Amino acid sequence: MPDTQALVNDFLNKLKKRKIEGSQATAKQTAELLRSVISQTRMPYTNQAAALIHSVKAVGERLIAANPVELAVGNVVRRVLHIVREEDLSLTTAAMAGLNLSAESDDEDDTDRDNHPALSAAAIAAASRSTLRPPSLQTLLEDVPDSAAVPHTSSSGGDSEGKSKSADKSSRSRKLKHDVIEAVNELIQDISTCHELIAEQAVEHIHQNEVILTLGSSRTVLEFLCAAKEKKRSFRVFVAEGAPRYQGHLLAKELVTRGLQTTLITDSAVFAMISRVNMVIVGAHAVMANGGVIAPVGLNMVALAAQKHAVPFVVLAGSHKLCPLYPHHPEVLLNELRSPSELLDFGEFSDCLDFGSGIGAPLLHVVNPTFDYVPPKLVSLFITDTGGHNPSYMYRLIADYYSADDLVLERRTTSGN
Amino acid sequence: MDARRMSRAVPRVRQVGFFTPNTPVQQPRPQSAAPSSESPPLSDSPASNSLSPVMIPPPRHLSDNLGGRTAAVPVPGRENSGELPTVGSYNPSESVLWLDSPPRSRIGDEELSEGAESSLGWYRRSNSAKFASSLPSGGFNLSTVKHPESVAAVEAKNPLPGKSEAQKEQASSSKPLKAKTTKAERRALQESQRAAKAASKAEANKSGTAGGAPSSKPMKQPPLKKDGPPVASSIAASERIGVDRSVEKERKKDLPPPRKQFDDESRGGRAKRRSVLNQPEARNRVELFRHLPPHKNGTQLPYLQSKFFELHEKHPAVYKVGLQYLAGDLSGGNARCIAMLQAFQEAIRDYSTPPEKTLTRDLTSKIGGFVSFLIECRPLSMSMGNAIRFLKSRIARLPLTLSESEAKTTLCSDIDRFINEKIVLADKVILRHAATKIRDGDVLLTYGSSCVVEMILLYAHELGKQFRVVVVDSHPMLEGQKLLRRLVVKGLSCIYTQLNAISYVMHEVTRVFLGASSIFSNGTVYSMVGTASVAMVAHAFRVPVLVCCEAYKFHERVQLDSICFNELGDPDAISKVPGRVDVNFLDNLTDKQKENLELLNLKYDATPSDYISVIVTDYGMIPPTSVPVIVREYRKEYLLI
Repeated sequence: MPDTQALVNDFLNKLKKRKIEGSQATAKQTAELLRSVISQTRMPYTNQAAALIHSVKAVGERLIAANPVELAVGNVVRRVLHIVREEDLSLTTAAMAGLNLSAESDDEDDTDRDNHPALSAAAIAAASRSTLRPPSLQTLLEDVPDSAAVPHTSSSGGDSEGKSKSADKSSRSRKLKHDVIEAVNELIQDISTCHELIAEQAVEHIHQNEVILTLGSSRTVLEFLCAAKEKKRSFRVFVAEGAPRYQGHLLAKELVTRGLQTTLITDSAVFAMISRVNMVIVGAHAVMANGGVIAPVGLNMVALAAQKHAVPFVVLAGSHKLCPLYPHHPEVLLNELRSPSELLDFGEFSDCLDFGSGIGAPLLHVVNPTFDYVPPKLVSLFITDTGGHNPSYMYRLIADYYSADDLVLERRTTSGN
Repeated sequence: MDARRMSRAVPRVRQVGFFTPNTPVQQPRPQSAAPSSESPPLSDSPASNSLSPVMIPPPRHLSDNLGGRTAAVPVPGRENSGELPTVGSYNPSESVLWLDSPPRSRIGDEELSEGAESSLGWYRRSNSAKFASSLPSGGFNLSTVKHPESVAAVEAKNPLPGKSEAQKEQASSSKPLKAKTTKAERRALQESQRAAKAASKAEANKSGTAGGAPSSKPMKQPPLKKDGPPVASSIAASERIGVDRSVEKERKKDLPPPRKQFDDESRGGRAKRRSVLNQPEARNRVELFRHLPPHKNGTQLPYLQSKFFELHEKHPAVYKVGLQYLAGDLSGGNARCIAMLQAFQEAIRDYSTPPEKTLTRDLTSKIGGFVSFLIECRPLSMSMGNAIRFLKSRIARLPLTLSESEAKTTLCSDIDRFINEKIVLADKVILRHAATKIRDGDVLLTYGSSCVVEMILLYAHELGKQFRVVVVDSHPMLEGQKLLRRLVVKGLSCIYTQLNAISYVMHEVTRVFLGASSIFSNGTVYSMVGTASVAMVAHAFRVPVLVCCEAYKFHERVQLDSICFNELGDPDAISKVPGRVDVNFLDNLTDKQKENLELLNLKYDATPSDYISVIVTDYGMIPPTSVPVIVREYRKEYLLI
């Protein structure tokens, strides 16, 4: 426990100091941290899921508070909570089914036992899950893979069941923790492979002789473009440099290293060039439930220009960037001001600013925001690791990843224990 | 009247008289002109009637022709005398007509356009496109045509001025050669020229040795250009101002001439040979912008400096301004324009007409040379093109009665007046107008560094209005920092940010003030790159956009995007960010990487007129749709000054 605490504090510090760059790295590290938190949590005999949820929430709240604009942290915390709930649900339903079944028919074939409880457990799980979250097409269709995990647990539950009640309890608690950790591992895996999943779709969107514009640097975009290049598509990329961080230089360098025809332009030339561009492909910082995008600064301008010239504006986002919140005034509330030294050298204007007089506010303010909010109407398409989606579909997609109970993490009372 | 027309129709004579002096090449033109002169519109025009009193004895005219020719033709030692008798003998009275401006413009125009344009059609591409932005031809034609008849009549009466004008005419006749025409026009002209060629053969037989020799080699004109030193040729190229034009011609000439396209192979070689500066190699030039001249950066400065003594035709003041353009010390439309005009003023003060030349024509060609030199240093802005057009029209319309010193003083005061009225006073008017749009508590946003906007802000501050200013800047120019410094020193409350953050700051902005390099007649604002983005975001946030621009920057050209015409900046400026050593991603690229990487540094962009709420100009505040009206009225007005 103390080492978890140390890990948490370490991570909190990093978040507070903005040492972790990029939502993918943040998401991954958050998931890893939560995994260790879960593994260290002491499990009570009753209501284990609630205990897990409670400990995850406690850590999650602190993480979110450490960097409220890094929405990926909150997303991962919610995902983990969702995983706990799901696993708990499937365990209970499986156990109930196991009990029923063992009462009915004691000794059947392994295959039989595997199949029957699975079906019944799946039915019960689906029924009870529908109380947890609204029914969606995906929930209905994807019940089968979910329930695939059930037979295993049910069979083991069935095995232990015969021995003693307490043994069953302890094994179930171990089972829950084990399953949750397995699922979190899968989540981590998903997060680290989302680039490949997104990049696989590149050929469907980029064809020969396209001219593509992007701004700043995003690893997802880089992989996406390179995947299309590997498929022998030849196209041209305009990279806007993305002041004040000038990450576009980095992206341009990566692209030319991989043999793509790249033109580096200034951000100011975006409007001039967009009339010759076929598609704008950008990365995102986070995607909100309404389909709006929190994106690197400058993208709202690009999106407006793209709309003016009817150029498709495509946002690439891994599923860990999908945030279940609806934004309110996101330009300000979900933004972060960076150091003015990126725009003006410290002391450069000290000669003409008279701080000695000390009356009123200083004459000069330097504004250096990190993010832009792109409203959903400016986005043509989202490409996530589950495929392409309209902005209007985002809320539905998000419902598959998060439990409705977890949307508001700050209120402790919602945990339900 | 009919009789006169008939006499004029006597064809080749007149044309020979007009054209021979200039170059032998133009010989074929007479024939082409012959049919045209007979065409009813020309002869029917009332102006041609006024010619009759202006008769000057043939012999004098001949001598004038001779003088003019020697002056205009750089080829020394050519025996002209043989032609003279022919010229005179054909129809002296006709040739005299040239002395009178209105008729000359009428008749001469046709001829010029036939012969000159057709040769021009070929020619233009090869050497002149470079000057495209400065092309003053439209305005010039107007000026000539509008020349008051009374002046012409007076001058025609006394022989001496008449003589000088005759010379001028001849010199000026060379200019129209470079005048630009539309494609259709050129095609028509070429055809007519072809016909003319056939006719010329016949004529050559008739006209005997003197007349026949030149006419037999009608296409000789391009070689002639080569004869002169490179600078001379560029001078010649720049002065394709037609002094003689007919009225309908003038209407056609309202079309701005096409710009030089640098990706035109046949032209490239010539331009390169003639240019003073080394052309940067074409490596890493962006495909989309091959039609634009590559950026010439300051590294050529020492080279140009070392060439100072080779370029002795350039006045030191002009030279200095050119170097300043090249080094980037001088930027901003008004500053560049004023510096150029003042340099010209100085050059005019030091100018003395060489023997056997006339001030009007020689000075025009001199100015043309200066302009082409300045273009080499940096492409001209639209406003400078307008100013040059003004200056040339003033030179062309100098009364012949003036002595050289008087003419020079007139020109200098004209330039002063242009600077004063069109720039300084215009700015003051704009200040007044714009200040009425600033209220207490406003948050004004401006982009880059526009001197008019800066003056507006300072003026409003002096008036005691309480407002804040958002200065938006963009890499690589970072001009906003300089503006910010000047504003902060004056005590204005400022917010500084980069273009990318425009959506963030736009929420609290109540007015956007933008400067412009030029405004086209379709309402498109041509301004520093990024202006379009600012206007677009402001439009999206329902913030009014005020573009402040003096009316002399308006241009009759139209443009829809920022790609067809633009200016390229130094591509290497992109990879470096001043004050940011951490931005060095592009420093150590391998050759293979460089092969794929293109850096594009655009200087301007075109803002669609729908983003503009109002244009504040010295004629008041107008919607963008009124720009063509101003362009038309304004043009008339400055010709009448």
